Formats: sequence, structure tokens, C-alpha cells
Amino acid sequence: MSVAGQVGLAHPKPSLAVWKFASCDGCQVSLLDLEDQLLDLLGALDISYFLEVTRTVVDGPYDLAIVEGSVTTPADAERIKAVRAASHFLVTVGACATAGGIQALRNYADTGEYVPTVYANPAYISSLPTSTPVSAHVTVDFELHGCPINPVQLLEVITAYLAGRAPRIPDFPVCRECKAAGNVCLLVAEGVACLGPVTSAGCGALCPTVGRGCFGCFGPASTVNTASLSSRLAADGASQESLKRIFRGFTAGAPEFEKESSRHDPQP
Amino acid sequence: MTHSRDYAFGVDALARVEGEGGFRVVVRDGAVSEVALDIFEPPRFFEALLVGRSYREAPDITARICGICPVAYQMSSCAAMESALDIVPSRQVVDLRRLLYCGEWLQSHALHVYLLHAPDFFGYEDAVQLAAHDKPVVERGLALKKTGNKIMGTVGGRAVHPVNVRVGGFYKAPSPFEISALAEPLRRALDASLATVEWVAGFDFPDVTGDYLFVALRDEGRYPIEGGRVVSSGGLDCTPAEFADAVVEEHVARSTALHARLFGQKPYLTGPLARYALNAGALTPLAAEAARRAQLEVPCRNPFRSIVVRAVEMVFACEEALRLVESYEPPEPPAADMPDPEGNGAGATPGAERAGAERAGAERAGAGVTEAPRGVLLHEYNVGPDGLIRHARIVPPTSQNQLTIEADLRRVAEAGLELPPEELTKRAEVAVRNHDPCISCAAHFLDLTLERAP
Repeated sequence: MSVAGQVGLAHPKPSLAVWKFASCDGCQVSLLDLEDQLLDLLGALDISYFLEVTRTVVDGPYDLAIVEGSVTTPADAERIKAVRAASHFLVTVGACATAGGIQALRNYADTGEYVPTVYANPAYISSLPTSTPVSAHVTVDFELHGCPINPVQLLEVITAYLAGRAPRIPDFPVCRECKAAGNVCLLVAEGVACLGPVTSAGCGALCPTVGRGCFGCFGPASTVNTASLSSRLAADGASQESLKRIFRGFTAGAPEFEKESSRHDPQP
Repeated sequence: MTHSRDYAFGVDALARVEGEGGFRVVVRDGAVSEVALDIFEPPRFFEALLVGRSYREAPDITARICGICPVAYQMSSCAAMESALDIVPSRQVVDLRRLLYCGEWLQSHALHVYLLHAPDFFGYEDAVQLAAHDKPVVERGLALKKTGNKIMGTVGGRAVHPVNVRVGGFYKAPSPFEISALAEPLRRALDASLATVEWVAGFDFPDVTGDYLFVALRDEGRYPIEGGRVVSSGGLDCTPAEFADAVVEEHVARSTALHARLFGQKPYLTGPLARYALNAGALTPLAAEAARRAQLEVPCRNPFRSIVVRAVEMVFACEEALRLVESYEPPEPPAADMPDPEGNGAGATPGAERAGAERAGAERAGAGVTEAPRGVLLHEYNVGPDGLIRHARIVPPTSQNQLTIEADLRRVAEAGLELPPEELTKRAEVAVRNHDPCISCAAHFLDLTLERAP
């Protein structure tokens, strides 16, 4: 990727670059899911690099960079540095980019657990032993959480960027959204394991609303007490193994959840 | 335009496809000597990370393989798990799954037809340029996509990685009131999809014919979506488990995806062209009529005309979804009773763990196949008596199509050797895009031995 050329903030329309690392594309798709705003949004920005949408590729630097996906290969560990160097404001989106994603489960696997049952020629693959968030490699200006992100929150982040203000993204727990939705508490009333008390709001309490426990896809809320929740789940009958698994999910690599899952892991 | 008899062309990073890949074509002595679809999407090792997780987590975890077709992953994983655990979902559950899946077909096809594929037929770089020349048409595409997403939101809880799907059925059945609210947007979407067929049928298509072996599901006279037997244009007719045995994958240097062959020999094609070739007679009336008016032959062997087949399938998805909306009965209970060994932590009722452990006996195996928008998606699992996954195998449509896409690249390159290189490169790009490859999916089912420094 070249960093030649000069677009810069003085340009009337800010330039946008969207980058994909190890991910499912779902967060980019969430941008495209803003059907009613999409054409206005794409019209307010110069789309300089967005492979999912256009063949047009314009050299950086870029005003706004949106990064989806985690860093899992030596080549990507270099590429993210080039992306950072070419970007004025870098936003990471989704659980992969902000916490390593579900593929971060490899971080806990022993070599022996990843047996090449299907895979015949390991020499062809170049992969790091860990899946890490973008922030482990370069400075990130804003992180938007979710697996996937909420398209409305992404719209808020981009709008705030265009307006030159800070985005209003809550980091209080899912419980607050769940109460607002008028749900009966699954944890209290039915003993269902639910990560709502320790997970950041943003989804609108989707899972409790359909009667299942939150599984933490927006990552930890601010100032949470994961150990206290674990004690409560254990009192309701959850085994150490299931406590380990519940915190080791789509945001396994988020520090608060990583610490809590490791507390319940017999293998250090 | 003359150029040397030895040259190579290609694209390092293909635009307007899902995931990251490129292609290369080498010409020697004026003839195509080598073609390769390169997949360099980083592998995410799903088959390895599923091992040791609860069978109940398979739909949620495998959904994360693909943000465009998460429902396909949820449905194939549920089908495989239900086969392994002898769970038979109710007719109402099957109908509601079919409705959810219609939503995914509609949003995925609308995305591909309008935002990814159509710009090629006008020489535009993207749908933004298309919108600058014809805004209403792009708005029509976005409205179709939105309706698909609305179905997924209503039934599944959200459009990307729905939360309401579980092995055995759903966590909560949507109310009849919520489902009936889908009827109006679906009627408008039906009109819009009929207009889409008319629009794309008028595109200018290169005259290319592929000699395809088609593979698709067949489902008792219905157009196949969420289940059925696996059939081929070569006479194959088998169960999902037999299909799992017939598909042999090989690993090659240029790709982080595996290449699939049937019985280890024949490359084949799955997806809209194959579904249409093997099931055209099962289309709903308006979809069949739209295909006839678009002069879509059965089978259609011109890969560039796959956009017409996708548009016809959008008509089908709207008609079928409308029928399911109008006949909706909430499944009661919303999910089949099932073993719950070890719970799964989140969402489980801890008290059920012990009861479940007694019900689950020895290790069980099951395979499931459903029709993702891009073609048949196979899942295969072994589940231990503790309810934890022992083995997982996932064969997505794009890895099945990879060899056929390369054959198409060769065909298109050979037919276009007289074209200027830039034009030929563009046409070759479209030859790949014709099959709506989902490269994130294809790259994500490798297993790996990690080497760590001591």
C-alpha cells in the first residue's frame, strides 16, 4: 500500500478507507445494512479504499480509516502498521478488531489440540499463534464493539467524525437496556446464565429479549465485577468448565473476560 | 491491439467479493497455460476451535464464519446436530426456519445483484457510480436488501449473526402480529424483484457456456432451501451423510481454502445456476413466469447470466416468504426438547445439565446440508456423551466451486485472448464474481498445527 499522494483533512470531502483483517465481513456488511442512509453516507465521503464496495483504489493518506478483523498473520502485523501510518483517524469495529474475535480461542489452545485432521500441508500456511486486536499493534483512535457491531452505532461514529465531535456510545451494562425493554430478569427469575451484568450495552438486550442469556458479544462494560457474577452462576449450578467457556466466547480476548475465564481454567 | 505471446495478467485483491482473494492467468505461446484463484484470506481455524465447545454453541460460533450468510451456517449446523442427536424439529419450526432463510437469500442476492455484480454490466467501478446515473434502481436494490434484513431481524433478532436460532428450533417464537407486519414490505419486495428480473435480463451477456456438473439439494417438490437430498446433473442422489463421504478436499499451495471434488475426481458447481438447473420445476408460480419471460433456459450454462437466476430466486424468496407469513403458526414449544449436557454456560438452564448427561449416550455423528445463497453448505460433527464437540468439518460452497471458478477463468481467458489486457482482466474479474464467491467462508475451515517457540 502506498502512502504517497496528499488528500488530507483540508479536502472538502473526507476520504474513507475500509480495511479487512481476519474476520467474517459482518461488520462491513453492517455498514451496508444502513440501507436508508447508505447513499448519503457514501456521498459525504470520498471512498478511497473499500474493496467490498468498489474497484476504485486511491492512495493514502486517508482521513477516516475503518478496520475490521484481528491480526493473525505475520503479513497482517506489518499491514496494520502501514494502515495506521496512512490514516488520520483510525476506528476499529467489531469483536475481532477490538478483542481478537472468536478466532482468539486459538490463544488458549495447546499445539496438540490443533491436530491437522483436515489440513494436509502445513507448510503452505503462514499464521501467528495468536489472534490479537488491532490495539495490540498500533494506536487506535476509537473502538466500536459488538459481534457484529450495531449499524446505528456505526452511523453515530461516522456522523460524529464528520461533525467533529466525540461519538456517544454507551459503556454501561446490557442490564440497563434489558430493563428498558421491559424484560423479566432471566438470571434472577429463571437462573439462566447471563453475561448481561458485565457486558457493554449497544445491542438493545437482544438475547434476553428472546429468552436466552447474554453471551457477551459487545465485550466488557466499564467497571464490571466478573468474579461476583461467576459466584452467582456457580451457586446456580454452573460448573468450572462452563464458567470458563461462557467468558471465553466471542470477546475472549477482552482483558476482563480473559482474566475471568482463566480463573476457571484448570490448565494454566 | 497486439501483445507478446507470453504474458500474465490478474488481480491481486479482487473488489466487490466477500473476503480477500485474487487471481492469476498465465499465457504462453498465445495460449492460456495456467489459471489460479488465489485465496489469501487469513485462516481462522473454526474446525479446530469448535472442538471442546458445547453442541449448543455450534450455530452461534459457525455463524461467525460469514457475515453475509450467517443463517446458512446456523441452519446447516442445526441440521447436522439434530441428525447426530436424533432430534426432529416440528413442521412449524421448519417453516419458520424457511422464512428466516428466505430473508437471508433476499438480502444476500440483493447485495450481490445490485451492489457487487450489476456495476460490471455498465462498466462502473461500483454501485455509487451506478446510483449517480440511475438512483432509483440502486434504491430499489437497497429496499429489497432491507426487506430481507427485516425478515432476519423479526425472526432471528438481528440481520447479522441472528441470536434467536438454537439446535431444535428457536429461543422464542415471534408473535403472529410481528410476522404479519412482514407482509406489506414483502408485497412491495415482490414487485421490486419482478422488476429486477426484467432489468437484469436486458443486460449484455458475453456468450460463454460452461460444461458444469451441477450439485444442489432437492426437497420433495419444493425449491430447496433448508433441507433435502443432495442431487447432481450426473445422477447423484444421496443423503447429506453420504454426500459428506463423497466430497473429498485437497489442500494446495496457493490457497488458504481447500478444493473440493466429488468422489475425489470431478470438480462441480453449486449455487443458483445448479439449484435452478436441478429444481426449476419447483419454482413458485410468479418466479417461474419471470424466468420464462426472461427467456432463462433450463439449465442455464452461461455463468454471466447467473445474475438473472439470482433475480428469479429473489422473486421466489418473496413469494415463498409471503406464503409462510400468511400461514404462520407459532411453533409451540419454540424448540424441540433436547439433551443439555454441561449446559453451555450462557443461555443454558444449569439444572438441566445433569438430566441431559444421562440422556446423551455414546458419541454421536451427524451431517447437515442446506442451501446457502451461494450453494450447498455441509456441516459434519461428532458429539461426545458430555455434549461437547469432538470433531467438526465444514465445507462451504465457495471451496466446492473453486475449481469450477478456475475452469471459468480459463474459458473466459481463452475466449478473450484478442481483447486488450485491461478489458480481459475486467472480464476475468466478472467471471469470478459471477459465482458470488465468499472467500471469508472458504478460508475458514482449515485445521492447523501451531508451531510455538520453545
